[in-house]
Amino acid sequence: MPTKLTLNGKAVTVDADPEMPLLWVLRDVLGLTGTKYGCGVAQCGACTVHLDGQPVRACQTPLGSVGKGRITTIEALATSPVGRKLQDAWVALDVPQCGYCQAGQLMSAAALLRDNPRPDDAAIDAAMTGNYCRCATYNRIRAAIKQAAVA
Amino acid sequence: MSAALNRRQLLVAGAVAGGGMWLGLAPAGAAMAEAQALNPWVRIGGDGSITIVSHNPEIGQGIKTSIPMLVAEELDVDWATVRIEQALANSKVYGRQVAGGSMATTLQYDALRRVGAGARALLVAAAAAEWGVPAGALTTAGGRVFHPETARNLPYSALAARAATLPPPDIATLVLKNPKDFKIVGKPISGVDNRKVVTGQPLFGLDTMLPGMKFAVFEKCPTYGGKVASADLAAVKAAKGVRGAFIVPGHGGDYELASGVAIIADSFWHANQARAALAVQWDRGVGAGQSSAGFAAHAATLADTQGPKIITESGDAAAALGRAAKRVKASYSYPFLAHAPLEPMNCTARVTGGKVELWAPTQNPEPGRKAVASALGIPETDITIHMMRCGGGFGRRLGIEYMVEAAWIARAAGVPVKLVWSREDDMTRGLLRPGGFHHLEAGLDADGKVIAWRNHFVSYGDGEKYARAAELDATQFPARFVENMAVSGTMQALAAPTGYLRAPANNAFGFVMQGFIDELAHAAGADPLQFRRDLLGPARLVGEPGKRDSYDAGRARAVLDKAAVMAGWGRKLPARSGLGIAFHFSHLGYFASVVEASVAADGAVKVAKVWVAGDVGRQIVNPSGAINQVQGSVLDALGSSLGQAITLKDGAIEQSNYDAYPLLRMADAPPVEVAFVLSDHNPTGLGEPGYPATPPALVNAIFAATGVRVRSLPIDTGLLKV
Ligand code: FES
Ligand code: FES
Repeated sequence: MPTKLTLNGKAVTVDADPEMPLLWVLRDVLGLTGTKYGCGVAQCGACTVHLDGQPVRACQTPLGSVGKGRITTIEALATSPVGRKLQDAWVALDVPQCGYCQAGQLMSAAALLRDNPRPDDAAIDAAMTGNYCRCATYNRIRAAIKQAAVA
Repeated sequence: MSAALNRRQLLVAGAVAGGGMWLGLAPAGAAMAEAQALNPWVRIGGDGSITIVSHNPEIGQGIKTSIPMLVAEELDVDWATVRIEQALANSKVYGRQVAGGSMATTLQYDALRRVGAGARALLVAAAAAEWGVPAGALTTAGGRVFHPETARNLPYSALAARAATLPPPDIATLVLKNPKDFKIVGKPISGVDNRKVVTGQPLFGLDTMLPGMKFAVFEKCPTYGGKVASADLAAVKAAKGVRGAFIVPGHGGDYELASGVAIIADSFWHANQARAALAVQWDRGVGAGQSSAGFAAHAATLADTQGPKIITESGDAAAALGRAAKRVKASYSYPFLAHAPLEPMNCTARVTGGKVELWAPTQNPEPGRKAVASALGIPETDITIHMMRCGGGFGRRLGIEYMVEAAWIARAAGVPVKLVWSREDDMTRGLLRPGGFHHLEAGLDADGKVIAWRNHFVSYGDGEKYARAAELDATQFPARFVENMAVSGTMQALAAPTGYLRAPANNAFGFVMQGFIDELAHAAGADPLQFRRDLLGPARLVGEPGKRDSYDAGRARAVLDKAAVMAGWGRKLPARSGLGIAFHFSHLGYFASVVEASVAADGAVKVAKVWVAGDVGRQIVNPSGAINQVQGSVLDALGSSLGQAITLKDGAIEQSNYDAYPLLRMADAPPVEVAFVLSDHNPTGLGEPGYPATPPALVNAIFAATGVRVRSLPIDTGLLKV
């Protein structure tokens, strides 16, 4: 059944099961692989995307529930100034190790900075604690968020 | 080691279309054509491009950045102008292509500098010929050759065509830079793929997309070693989005191709959902009765015995215990662990006319090639392996079974297939970090000196043979530092396959040895830092020079003292807070950690900070990546000590996702301060040796805070309640 989506600022029509989680629509149907699969059960945050600006776990978001919501994925993060600053800080501070979690980290961090331009440690913990980094780059993620906040 | 390597290798060079040159490093006797047909190590294009090939798997250890840095340094080019290209798997051309054992820096530090220096020497020779001046009168910088006398200079691109016609220099006689002139090596450099990572570009194995590709899941028996007895696939074949389902008979067991059922579908989600419709009768295999509780119960019965396997014996431990002024006895244990890299196992395979092409996030391509060849009955030369960036390795991707599964399933399906393990597959069918049990007893003399050490190590394996990654090495500290030692072993048969997890075996032994040594320090009434210094004794090399297991007491003491100074060892802390210290040597690296922890009334443990000092030789290639690795190792160690255990029940793993096997989260990750002690030794790797000293430093801090000694991991906070 064709579904109309607003994805990364463009109108997209996708023919997929409404029950299919957005994660797999993005990855396997649309070939947009920047959003990652880590757990499928809302534990790791690797699949974080923005739905109307709010961070959501794409593995727990059925396609049929998206409606007219605007979806933003990591591939379009650079279109927002906050996203771009975060990406630059991530590169400048050499945050990634394997890098697999970082799309989800950046999406969570972008939502945080938009709502709270100067987050303290407690605010960072609260916003980022749903995002696992198996390589444990947490010290640098924290530093990069702070650097982006003042950039 | 690198010197031996050099003698067996030759520099080979040739022309690249468009006026460029390539240069490679080939094992003596390798065919030039073969070296050239594959990606050579360095290419200087006539168009000004400079390409350096990264030949090792990238798993997050930063090798795709650090190894090319060595080449670029000696080539004398600007880092910003260099393009890095990932090599195909081909050990005939590239030698060892394994991300494991923290060995890449150890083996290649010297060799790859010589590759860069060799290319530079050829370009200088070309300029000398061009200008009719002696090579000795020329200098290089930023990708150009200069003749200062005549103020002439040329970019490498203008010299490459000529350089390609000259004979490459002898690798052994090349003059390398003085490290004080390094412009790239030793500088913090951001990972070469970071911009791609942060913009979500496809990089990882799981991101592979091929035309006409379908998705596969592979259902295996819940118990290791089990097989499909029978299966009714009608319902699954009728499920939404499913294109096929078939039984895979298996070949070579759980390390290669287990028996199971493959489902092919239009998406991973469809394939995974369709599993609900599977009706499989399993033959559960020999492991069906095994459980973690059963292993622990049996190990407990061995507390007062010695094992049949002799691991270390020196002096007379029994006699020394007999005359000891004080005896301390304790049993330590630790569980099975999963690697749980964030990217689950996956592999994409395409079979065309009997030839197999694999896109594999692997740490270890060549054993994968062998196993695929064996399972499919095809020659190894018909297999091409693209090494994809790995979303974490930690040793898990030294295993190769997902490569064999993908190849077999793709051939049977007749279409290109991306095989994806669900997180549940990943956790319930992993290669386990072996658990273990240690029954320890030590004797102190009247001065508090350790005069006897006994350890009965109850492990996994068969007779005298350890399960993979379980081995307790005969020289594990404090062997050779205590006069009277008796270390013995008992094996328990385990059906589950085991595997190497970051700092294999050492990740557990650090906890056991340095935890027990802390107990001895307290029994002796000594300061834990001073007690360790005394145990190490004066700076000296213990063991044979040049041997991998020789132990440099001076290097161990230096990192111990450094970490203690960083942490302000000895300072007073509030109630229920404490500092713990530990050190460990593994993978040729010396590391010490100090943990500051506090314990709440309900037993919850909070780590305030960790200070780490490490010695991996005279040069840190990329300080940025190096600190990241050490911080990651330390936090990994905290996460696993605080909350991770894999348990077997009736042969099956009880944990299936991160809710039951939590990783450390941001809010629980303390700052980790890292310092390197530069000693005059060859540089060695650091993806692993930063781990083992941290779990014991944590339990030692908990003891300092509460007086409760933690002897079993993960930490049971129930024991720490007020
Ligand atoms: S994949 Fe969605 S939270 Fe882990
Ligand atoms: S960088 Fe590897 S999981 Fe975060």
